[in-house]
Amino acid sequence: MSSPLLKIENLRVYYYSLRGIVKAVDNVSLEVNRGEVLGLAGESGCGKSTLGYSLLRLVPPPGRIIGGRILFDGNNILEWPEEKIRREYRWKKVSMIFQGAMNVLNPVKTVGDQIAEIFLVHLPDKFTKKEALEKAKELLEMVGIDPRRVKNYPHEFSGGMKQRVVIAMALALNPDLVIADEPTTALDVVVQAQIINLLKKLKKERNMSIILISHDLSLIAEMSDKVAIMYAGKIVEYGISDYVYNNPLHPYTQGLIRSIPRLKGPKELVWIPGQPPDLRTPPAGCRFHPRCSHATDLCRKEEPPMIEVEPNHSVACWLYAKK
Amino acid sequence: MPRKRKYDREHIAELAEKTLKELKAPDDVVLVSLHLKKYFPLRRTLTEILTGRRRIVKAVDDVTFYVREGEIFCVAGESGCGKTTLGRTLIGLLDITAGYVLYKPRKEIADALMELGFEPVYKNFFLMNEVYENKKGFKLMRKEMQIIFQDPYGSLDPRHTIQSILAEPLVVHNIGTPEERLERVKRALEDVKLIPPEDFINRYPHQLSGGQRQRIVVARALMLNPRFVVADEPVSMLDVSIRAEILNLMLELKKKYGLTYLFITHDLALARLICDRIAIMYLGRIVELGPTDEIIENPQHPYTKALRAAILEPEPQNRFKFREVPIKGEVPSAVYIPPGCRFHPRCLSVMKICTTEQPTMVEVSPGHYVECWLFRKQS
Repeated sequence: MSSPLLKIENLRVYYYSLRGIVKAVDNVSLEVNRGEVLGLAGESGCGKSTLGYSLLRLVPPPGRIIGGRILFDGNNILEWPEEKIRREYRWKKVSMIFQGAMNVLNPVKTVGDQIAEIFLVHLPDKFTKKEALEKAKELLEMVGIDPRRVKNYPHEFSGGMKQRVVIAMALALNPDLVIADEPTTALDVVVQAQIINLLKKLKKERNMSIILISHDLSLIAEMSDKVAIMYAGKIVEYGISDYVYNNPLHPYTQGLIRSIPRLKGPKELVWIPGQPPDLRTPPAGCRFHPRCSHATDLCRKEEPPMIEVEPNHSVACWLYAKK
Repeated sequence: MPRKRKYDREHIAELAEKTLKELKAPDDVVLVSLHLKKYFPLRRTLTEILTGRRRIVKAVDDVTFYVREGEIFCVAGESGCGKTTLGRTLIGLLDITAGYVLYKPRKEIADALMELGFEPVYKNFFLMNEVYENKKGFKLMRKEMQIIFQDPYGSLDPRHTIQSILAEPLVVHNIGTPEERLERVKRALEDVKLIPPEDFINRYPHQLSGGQRQRIVVARALMLNPRFVVADEPVSMLDVSIRAEILNLMLELKKKYGLTYLFITHDLALARLICDRIAIMYLGRIVELGPTDEIIENPQHPYTKALRAAILEPEPQNRFKFREVPIKGEVPSAVYIPPGCRFHPRCLSVMKICTTEQPTMVEVSPGHYVECWLFRKQS
């Protein structure tokens, strides 16, 4: 296969808050190939949303990208001027489905107008208002909504349908990569299944790449080809889905997978004791060590590097370092 | 004893007797819901005022079941099905529109109720409708019935210390001196494993993590030593890796204090881990009810089957196929409930009768009930 569509190298994104520097993304390296789904899994506060925003250079202040490279099609977009990002990159190459997306629709504009706006703003010379509205209808149909509903307002749609609208908006300019940040949170389990089927269908039809960000490992498994497990701003395990789920290496990954309630098998309550660290003062050494039953002195002092345990399966854990 | 409404006590007693017999209820029942309804009238538009019509949200629409002492009874369903409204109505936080709630309190509470002038309506069950309507009765029942809310961020007053939050129920009920209350607060913190308690009493909610806050919510619910606790999605806003810890805590406390839980959730896989029986709700009614393993492994109602099919699991092979969920469309509004079986517009097995007649509960295997025309009563 040719070079990856997206290559993140040693990315650092810190928030410079009044109460300290929050190291939200701390030396993260990942790759996404064309037509591939990368699942970014982690719990609240691990930095995964910040990572998503950084790919669009939308990190809100006081956050700043302070190190590393983001190579899209070989080009480091962190070096591009804002004007170029806006004209050529954002929404055209890479777009985003934001968390809680159904709440970001403008309540005083029709859904059609909001979708049409994308064309009028990003491609001002190519579309008239009428043409943009036609595109809006096409997009609604693509996501399974009656195109006649272009003239409805967001409040006239259910949660699931609003999410479809948001997906339509993310796909409007045919991006190569879509970042979906918790795309089904707050949706019922039946609606969630329908939205996932929609994403699978669209991905197949367009050979789209997706970065799926979620705390729900079952959702990640449902769609992802590759998985990266994030903890306290760092990637702790990374590899092909089947390898990570069937043979989880990092104690955190193991704990996460075991704590998912299943519909079959023993009825045991499994959890990871403790809680994620404050990212202003993360623990020395391996950030997971305070919660790890295998922690050694080395873990407490030195941060483990990414170790390739098998092809396409790496883990940042001293348990796997060669003696 | 001034009463707002007069209840036909004989009729209620007969209804209770008949229903419990039909449901083959055992002797250790503590709560009975008899044809319970909770409706919310919506604010009227001008047209409605003129035409005299009114839109009503039928949040709970004729629900009948019992809960046994020491049980964990699950009410499961998606948002809008009425499960939260049911939980709150059962313990008196919302007014009952129709139907009855019968409850068998422990002796000291029963004695206190009788001192207030209440009499049991059937065996040692009191009629909660009349108790809740009475200010003192309602307050008394807070010592017996409590609720754990879903949102650890929204349900704690950010301007109060943990000590103040936990002591408040004791203050309201005039229990103990300030020193005694502090002791009880410390013991409550130990109960929910926030140790040492001294580290927490002077903190504010925002200084705690989500998991710690939820422990405070649990501790607060137990301050008055209740016996019946409604847990409304107690862990759904917490990270997956700590949910089981809170549930485990709830189980330990149940054992320690002899609690009965009404566990409300949309997560069937979670319910499977700790609940004894599950009731599946859809648009205000219970459509299926039975022992947990039966419901999970052998669901009968088309809706339950669809719910089960929609549940995701951490199986990466799933990415290669589309998920088949045997259901159509979306949940309608609870204002315009479809006629006949309310699930019929979404049902893939719909028959003509489903569109016109409300199905009745049928027992398909011991203790396993379904409300669906695919199953008919053996006459």
